[in-house]
Amino acid sequence: MTEHVDRSEPETGAAPVSAAVTPADAADAARLVAFGLQPKLLPARDQEYADLLRRYREDPPFARLADAVATGLGLVVLEVSPRAGMAVTAAEDSVFAVRMGDYARRTSADSGDRFLHGLAHLAVAALAFPRPEDLADDGYIGRVTVNGVDAFVRQACRRLEERAAEQGENTDPASDAPGLEAAWRIWARRSATGATKDARRPAASTTGIVAKAVAFLTDSGFLQRTGDDNGGTYRTTARYQLQVRDMAGGAALTELLELGVVPVTDGTPSLLPAEDTDDLELVADAGLPFHAS
Amino acid sequence: MTSPASTDSVPPQFSAGPRPAPGPAADEGLARRLRALACTAPLHDLDARKANLAGEYSVYGMAEIALAAIDLVTLNMDFDTGADHDQIVARLLPRVAAQAPGRPAAEHERVARWVLENLINVGSVDRGFRAVYGTFAPDGTYVRRDYDFKLIEEVPGPGGTVYLRTTDEAVNVLVGALDTDVTSAQIAAEVKLEVLISRGRLADAQLAAEQARYRTVQYSETLRRALEATRRNVRAVDWLNAVPDMIAEALDHVADRYRHENAILTNIRRARDESEEPEHKRRAAELVDIVKDCIRRHTQLQSRLLEAGPLFRAEQDRQAFATPLTTSGTDLYGHLLAPVLPLPLQQAIRVTDAFFAHGTGLRTPVSVRVGDLVDILLTPPVEREHLGAEMPEPDLIATPDDSRFTEEQLAAATDLLDLEHDAPRRLSGLLAEAREQDPDLPYLVALLAVHAASPPVGTAYRQGERKLLFAVDDGTELDDPEFGGADLIVGTALLDAAGMAADRTEAA
Repeated sequence: MTEHVDRSEPETGAAPVSAAVTPADAADAARLVAFGLQPKLLPARDQEYADLLRRYREDPPFARLADAVATGLGLVVLEVSPRAGMAVTAAEDSVFAVRMGDYARRTSADSGDRFLHGLAHLAVAALAFPRPEDLADDGYIGRVTVNGVDAFVRQACRRLEERAAEQGENTDPASDAPGLEAAWRIWARRSATGATKDARRPAASTTGIVAKAVAFLTDSGFLQRTGDDNGGTYRTTARYQLQVRDMAGGAALTELLELGVVPVTDGTPSLLPAEDTDDLELVADAGLPFHAS
Repeated sequence: MTSPASTDSVPPQFSAGPRPAPGPAADEGLARRLRALACTAPLHDLDARKANLAGEYSVYGMAEIALAAIDLVTLNMDFDTGADHDQIVARLLPRVAAQAPGRPAAEHERVARWVLENLINVGSVDRGFRAVYGTFAPDGTYVRRDYDFKLIEEVPGPGGTVYLRTTDEAVNVLVGALDTDVTSAQIAAEVKLEVLISRGRLADAQLAAEQARYRTVQYSETLRRALEATRRNVRAVDWLNAVPDMIAEALDHVADRYRHENAILTNIRRARDESEEPEHKRRAAELVDIVKDCIRRHTQLQSRLLEAGPLFRAEQDRQAFATPLTTSGTDLYGHLLAPVLPLPLQQAIRVTDAFFAHGTGLRTPVSVRVGDLVDILLTPPVEREHLGAEMPEPDLIATPDDSRFTEEQLAAATDLLDLEHDAPRRLSGLLAEAREQDPDLPYLVALLAVHAASPPVGTAYRQGERKLLFAVDDGTELDDPEFGGADLIVGTALLDAAGMAADRTEAA
C-alpha cells in the first residue's frame, strides 16, 4: 500500500494547492489516505489516524491536499469524520475497484449467477436499510442475517409469482431465450440451501451467495459480524451507509432509469409492492402511523 | 426428463381447418395439466432409472418409496423448521426393508437415501426439476417453455442445520386437488370424518383424518409466511385490515378446530375402547394419534398468533414513532429491488451490476515482488503436530491423610454393627465392646449409630440394598463414661430387594 502512496507524492506536489505545502504535509495527507484504505481500522483505535482526521477538519489546505491525493489515486472521498474515518471508495475503473469476475469465478460464464451475486448485494443493502429514513439517518445501524436476506427476496419473488398467477400470465420462460426470463424466477428457482458432505452451505445456493456477499462486505469494513444465528448475523457500519447512499443507490437507479423503468418518485417512502397501493390510501385516511408524514 | 415429443409431430394448421389449440385461453388449461403431469415425472423416473444403479434393485418400488418419503416430510414439517434428513431416512427404512427382506440393511439405507436425494435432485445446481412444454402464443406462434419445480426443498434451520420441506407441487402430487380454499376444505374433511366415525367406518375415517392433517400443515405454512413478512417491515403488511382479519380468522379457526377435534378425539376413544375387533381397535388408536397431532399443531399455531400483536407494536415503536427526518434517502426496496425483480434477466443484470460495482467498496490490489516470492516458496512448511503440544508432567503433592479414623477402624466398627436382623442391641453394649478393641473405636460406633437414627431409606431403596442399619430411641438414658444421651437400640432391618426392584421398573 505504501508503494501507491509514494508514487502519488510527486503528483500532489504538482497540484496547485497553496504555497505553504511542504513534503511533510504531502506525506501526512498521503498517510491519511492510506488509513482510509484500511476500511476496518477505526479512528478511535489509532491515535495517529485520529490526529490526522482532526487536522483534515481544522486545516482546509491540508484537507484539499488529502482530497487531491485520493483523487489522484483513483479514489472518491465519501466522508471524513470521526465516526467513519477517511471514508474513501474506488472510482470507476480504478485499480481499487472490485470486479465481478474476480469476486466469483462462475459469473463470467453464467449470466444467471452474475445476476444472483449482484442481487444478493442489493438485497443485503435493502434489508439493512429497509426504509428511506434508515438510509438517511446517520445514527441508524442496520441488522441483517443471511437467512433473513434470502427469505426477504424469496418473499418478494413469491408476491410476483402470485401476481402473475392472478393475472393468468404464463411466466414459464421460453426455452430458447434465457435472457428474457423474469429476473425473480432465477432466485426463486435456485435452492435456498442443501446438505453437503462437510456440513457447509453449498456455494451455489442462495444462502451461500448471500453469505459470500456479507463476508465480502465484512472484509470491506461495511459490516460487522455479531453472531452465528440465522446463518450469520451482521450489523452495518457508517461506511456502508455512505457507500450505499452516495454511490451504489444512485448508480443503480440511474441504470434503471436508462432502461425506461421509472420507479415511484412522488417522494413518499413506500416499501409496499405495487399491488398494495389501495391499502395504503385506506391506511393513510385512518390516521394511523402508516402514512408518509 | 419429460420431453413433449408428441407435440413436435403435430403440424401447425394456421390457415384452414380446426386448430389443435384455438388460443391462449384453451392452452392455459392444457399448460396447467402439463405442469401437473410433469410433477409426477420424477417419481416415474425413479423406477425407470433404478435399472442403471449398480446392483439388482428391480425388487424395490421406487415410486412407492418416493411417495412415502413425501408423506413423511409433509407430516414432519414443523411450524418453524422442516423435517430432519436422517429421521426421514430412518422412517423410510421399514418400508424399504419390507420390499426386500432378504437384502442387507446397508442396501436398504442406500435405496432410501437414493430416493430422497433424487427427490431433492441433488445433482443439479438449482436442486430442482425442469420440464419443457409448448404453448401457442396469442399471435399463433408455437413457444416452448421451461417449467421449473421442486418436490422436496432444503431450507436452513436454526443452528446452521438443513431441513426438508415439501413444496406445494409435491403436496399436490401427493394428495391431489389440494389447491382449494384451505378452511372450507378442512371443514369438509372433518365433517366427513365425524360421519365416518359415527358409522363405525374407521378405515375411511383414518384416510379423512390424514387429509385433515395435511390441510392443517398447509394452513400453518400460509400463516408462517404472512407473519414472517410482518416481522420484516411494518409497512409492508396491511396491519389495519388484512393482518388483524387474518389473525382473527386464524384464531377463530384454531378455537373451532380445537373444539371440533377434541370432540372427535372423545368419539374415537370411545370407539377404540368399545370396539371388539382388534383391527378396529388398532385403527382407532392410530386415529387418536393423528388427531392428537392435529391438536398439537393448532396449539402451536395459536401461540404464534398471540405473539403477532406485541411484535407489531414493538416494530411500530421502532419504525413509526422516531423523529421524522427532513431528507429523504433512496427507498432501496421500493425504488430498486422491487422494480428490478420483474425485469427480464438481461435488463435486470445491468442494474445489479451497477449496484455491485459501486456498492462493494474497494480492494487494495496485491503487488508481488520476486524476492518475496522466492522467500515464500523456499520456506519449509510448518510441521503440524497431530497430537498437539506435549503435556507438562503434573507436579503432584501427597496430601497428608487427615482422616479421623483409619480404614481398619471403619472395618472393625462395620463388623461390630453387622447385627443379626432379629437381635438388635443397646448402644451401651456396643460401645463397651468397641472400647475393649480400641479406645478410639467407640467414637466411630457412636457416630454410625447416631446416623442410623435417621436411616437413608430412599438411597437404600434406589440402590436395591438388602438390609439397612437403624437406631431407635426408647427413652433409656445412656450410661457411659464418655458419651451422654439416649441409649439407642441399634438393629438391622431386612429389605425386600426383589419387591423394590419390581416397584422401580413399574414407576419408570
